[in-house]
Amino acid sequence: MRPDELLRPRPEGLYCPPGDFFIDPVRPVARALVTHGHSDHARAGHGAVLATAHTLAIMALRHGPDFCASRQAARFGESIDLGGVRVTFHPAGHVLGSAQIAVERNGLRIVASGDYKCRPDPTAEAFAPVACDVFITEATFGLPVFRHPDPAAEIGALIRSAEEFPDRTHLVGVYALGKAQRVARLLRDNGWNRPVHIHGALKEICSYYQASGIDLGDLRPATIEGGGRGDFAGAIVLGPPSSFASPWVRRFADPLIAFASGWMQIRARMRQRGVELPLVISDHCDWDELTRTLRDTGASQIWVTHGREEAVVRWCELNGISARPLHLVGYEDEAE
Amino acid sequence: MRAFAHLLERLVLTPSRTRKIELMVHYFRAVPDPDRGLGLAALTGDLDLVAVKPALIRQLVAEVTDAELFGLSYDYVGDLAETVALIWPAPGGSDAPLRLSQVVAALDGASRSEAPAVLRRLLDGLGPSQRFAALKLATGGLRVGVSARLARQALADFGGVEVNAVEEVWHAQASPYASLFAWLEGRGDKPVSRVAAPFRPVMLAHPLDERDRAAIGPRDYLAEWKWDGIRVQAVAEGGARRLYSRSGEDITAAWPDLIAAMEFEGAIDGELLVRRAAHGGDAGTFADLQQRLNRKSVSTRLQQQFPAFVRAYDLLVDDGEDVRALALTSRRERLALLVGRLDPLRFDLSPLVPFADAGELERLRRSPPHPVIEGLMLKRRDAPYLPGRPKGPWFKWKKDPHVVDAVLMYAQRGHGKRSSYYSDYTFGVWHEGELVPVGKAYFGFTDEELRALDRFVREHTTDRFGPVRAVRAEPGFGLVLEVAFEGLNRSGRHRSGIAMRFPRIARIRWDKPPAEADRLATLEALLPGSPGAPTP
Repeated sequence: MRPDELLRPRPEGLYCPPGDFFIDPVRPVARALVTHGHSDHARAGHGAVLATAHTLAIMALRHGPDFCASRQAARFGESIDLGGVRVTFHPAGHVLGSAQIAVERNGLRIVASGDYKCRPDPTAEAFAPVACDVFITEATFGLPVFRHPDPAAEIGALIRSAEEFPDRTHLVGVYALGKAQRVARLLRDNGWNRPVHIHGALKEICSYYQASGIDLGDLRPATIEGGGRGDFAGAIVLGPPSSFASPWVRRFADPLIAFASGWMQIRARMRQRGVELPLVISDHCDWDELTRTLRDTGASQIWVTHGREEAVVRWCELNGISARPLHLVGYEDEAE
Repeated sequence: MRAFAHLLERLVLTPSRTRKIELMVHYFRAVPDPDRGLGLAALTGDLDLVAVKPALIRQLVAEVTDAELFGLSYDYVGDLAETVALIWPAPGGSDAPLRLSQVVAALDGASRSEAPAVLRRLLDGLGPSQRFAALKLATGGLRVGVSARLARQALADFGGVEVNAVEEVWHAQASPYASLFAWLEGRGDKPVSRVAAPFRPVMLAHPLDERDRAAIGPRDYLAEWKWDGIRVQAVAEGGARRLYSRSGEDITAAWPDLIAAMEFEGAIDGELLVRRAAHGGDAGTFADLQQRLNRKSVSTRLQQQFPAFVRAYDLLVDDGEDVRALALTSRRERLALLVGRLDPLRFDLSPLVPFADAGELERLRRSPPHPVIEGLMLKRRDAPYLPGRPKGPWFKWKKDPHVVDAVLMYAQRGHGKRSSYYSDYTFGVWHEGELVPVGKAYFGFTDEELRALDRFVREHTTDRFGPVRAVRAEPGFGLVLEVAFEGLNRSGRHRSGIAMRFPRIARIRWDKPPAEADRLATLEALLPGSPGAPTP
């Protein structure tokens, strides 16, 4: 069987003809397998959804309980038969519940990585490479300039800045699912024991993580209760980056804008966002991790999706691995 | 090096002037000599390293990376030093971190043949953000938004003294400024300016706004033309002759023709201009002056083609006597006497403009008698010469800019901050039924407008040439930009034959059909020497 008989790109997303299902479809379909809960991968309106229990729960939190007609929870490592195709979910280390999906038939195994991260992270199940014939990799940070530093050092810079400028509120831009919880946890693991304040948009997912046994310490709403601007001087406040352009920010004492993202490695991105303190903390693998993973899977063919496809294909060419871009549309690499 | 790299990154990202100063003060406190002094010299542009050419950096990186991967990366990042700092395949950050002084010594001591090996060793031994700082040092362009004056303000805050006190002694000091720091920390005496013919901090003007106009009248103020050259201070004292820019950079070496004519004893404040030898010695435009700017030395041919002169308007020192505390009228009397003894082709007196009231000034401002005038200066008769920018004694009142409706033709991706945006716009006007490009502008719009322009470019691209896109520009469809500019010059380099001075986007005319944009003839009428241009 040829690989593109087992999985092929269609406008809706990656499609498996023998199993009649899509992986991370961007339009409503009858049967969807979802790698993780970020909204560009996990959309509402499908017939049946197969995903990890955490991903299903996160989709329900974001889209409401009726986000699909029927759902099934996949356990990591457990194989499920869909029309003669063997499907197995493996941890992707991206956010809580995120999975790589292995699709197998007649001895051919394709692994769709979804988004993945190789670094240890107590807020997500640990990534492990899965041996396969074809590996479908994301390429968000697929350029050799992206080499993420130790996140502990980045969080250290945030804590030091909060100490150097105790009159300013340190506002850290974080996306609601994954990054917010990781940054909160990194703060705890690196000695910040004071409360961490959060924007209302982060509350639900943070509570879900905490209810799932991931300790994020003392999280408090970033609202003023009878106090003034002084309330947040020297505080660390987490919020979605979009909120920093809104009047919400005006409640804080001389805010210093930080942003936790893999994009913060690039100065032009820092300046575009008006970031004063860039924190290179990413949900995705960097270049070194990505290329190592391509080798580790032992795949003889690499398909490259959203991000810097050209550079990853070039690396494969230099390393004698057959590779091609998939040109899937609809996945945003901005929301990192 | 770690502290310096961190300082550079924070300075570049910190918009607030006050916070920039604070960051520098923290740096001066935390970092020992001589590193902090070298860091200061790097910020103020006084660290005189033999510049490494970008070609060498490209060559080094080509040895360790695939050309195609590097190309894709550079295209994405938009800055050579940054791309190399990030892509360099060594882990960096060794156990014995390098000090800034060690990096500077390595770069400084390297001969041309040693430079590649030295740079390679530095790149191997440093972490990414320090590599970036080292490359910026090596190529000589920090661009962190810190002027020499801002750095001196930080020194003043660090030492708890007035900034003018720092400026006065600045020229007696050299990197790494050990005695300057000793004085500011109270460990040593105030350094004495041992430089002959030192720089004195200059007096600057505020733009005249509506509220100030009522105060302007001939009883209290003198008016003179604002000449479109560069502000200089010509100092001849005790046999030494120096020419300084307004921020105190010593630019003596590039103006030997003028220096030879400094047959006086004192310090003159004035506008540096050039004459156009080919046009009977009339004052040349800023474009002519530019031929001689930013050069370390100057050829005899250029000196003959564009001889330099100073249009003097103030006197700071008169034959050994500091006259800055005197009233402007007294200083001008002395200046007139002094200039009268000099070669009139090299030094002349900026004439006063008689006026009855602010209304007359308004009329004069709108139609100045010479193309090299960019407005009026208004100075209080009784004001002493005060360094800095005091509010009230001096005002500048510029001409209104010219505006033209032009059509967007090409857009280029920006570099640096705008590397993911099409932010540099080439625009044209109609000539014989076709658009001819007349200029390029890359500012004057808000961030929101930039996003809208970027979207327009991406959605209406008709062709691509590397980082440049051609966009749809037809009489019935396209985007009209209202472009403001300060003046026009003839230019052989542009197809239209004209070059715009200081063009910027004044408004985006989403509403205006391109057919209604301006014609080339409208612009040609504004060229110096044409019937429609202001004449002397």
